[in-house]
Amino acid sequence: MTYTVAAVLGVVGALIADLAILRTRLVTRQVFWLTYPIVLVGQLLSNGVLTGARVVTYRPDAIIGWRIAYAPVEDLGFGFSLVLLTLSVWVWLGRRGLDRTPLAGQRHRRRGRGGP
Amino acid sequence: MRHLTYLAVLGGCLLGALWVEPLLHVNVMRRWRRLAITLAIVMVIFGGWDVAAVAAGHWRYDPAQILGVRLLGHLPLEELLFFLVIPLAAVLGFEAVRAVRGSAAPTGDEMPGTTVVEETSNQARAVGCREPGDPPAPSEPPAPRDCWEPRDSPARQAPQDRPESRDHRVPRPGRQPLS
Repeated sequence: MTYTVAAVLGVVGALIADLAILRTRLVTRQVFWLTYPIVLVGQLLSNGVLTGARVVTYRPDAIIGWRIAYAPVEDLGFGFSLVLLTLSVWVWLGRRGLDRTPLAGQRHRRRGRGGP
Repeated sequence: MRHLTYLAVLGGCLLGALWVEPLLHVNVMRRWRRLAITLAIVMVIFGGWDVAAVAAGHWRYDPAQILGVRLLGHLPLEELLFFLVIPLAAVLGFEAVRAVRGSAAPTGDEMPGTTVVEETSNQARAVGCREPGDPPAPSEPPAPRDCWEPRDSPARQAPQDRPESRDHRVPRPGRQPLS
């Protein structure tokens, strides 16, 4: 199997996890598509450094050969599936009641003044 | 110094993401159990992919630019850290978007016993950290001082502190749950 095939399978696997297994359906939600471009910029920067400086090198016959910011295009599939699975598991655990709160943006009042 | 290259990139990723925790109050670190399990699951799956990819020769790491500590399956230590740092950055980014967007971007994990909180989520934010079963009390400050204490902490068990709301998930009769 080439990295190209593995990357496609990774994307398909993450989509199946999100839509059918964990049923978080993040790819149908705006909040995911607002998050992904932010993470993608970070990925292109950090992965660009790693591949540009040749910290990681790819076997030429394992990839299709298209490159974005030095990195093989397959890394986009790897990164997408990593981000989608991470967020899907995160939301799934929250739905199951694990550490739902404090929600994002809720301020925590420190105890102290006027405390018991 | 060159062997620190990969580690430095990971440090840059961490710095680029972590600031949202204190500045946007995303509260990801306060939900550390959920975070730890998320990272563990992702690390096993993608660590497995990484080991298989190195074994299949899809990619390799420059020994001069990594620390040289190898783990199970000949995986560099940095690669394990990668699967901590990047998923953490993704969760921080996701929760930062939600901190900014508020109730406009629900995913169904906001309130107990609901799939997606749509119409009531403004109300949910308005009452701050009050329990879902509690009646709205606009005259009270939105965030009682001990509102995020663990369920079994002494502050939460104090009799003056909503004595009957031990269980988040069961709306009590006669009260209006937020969902």
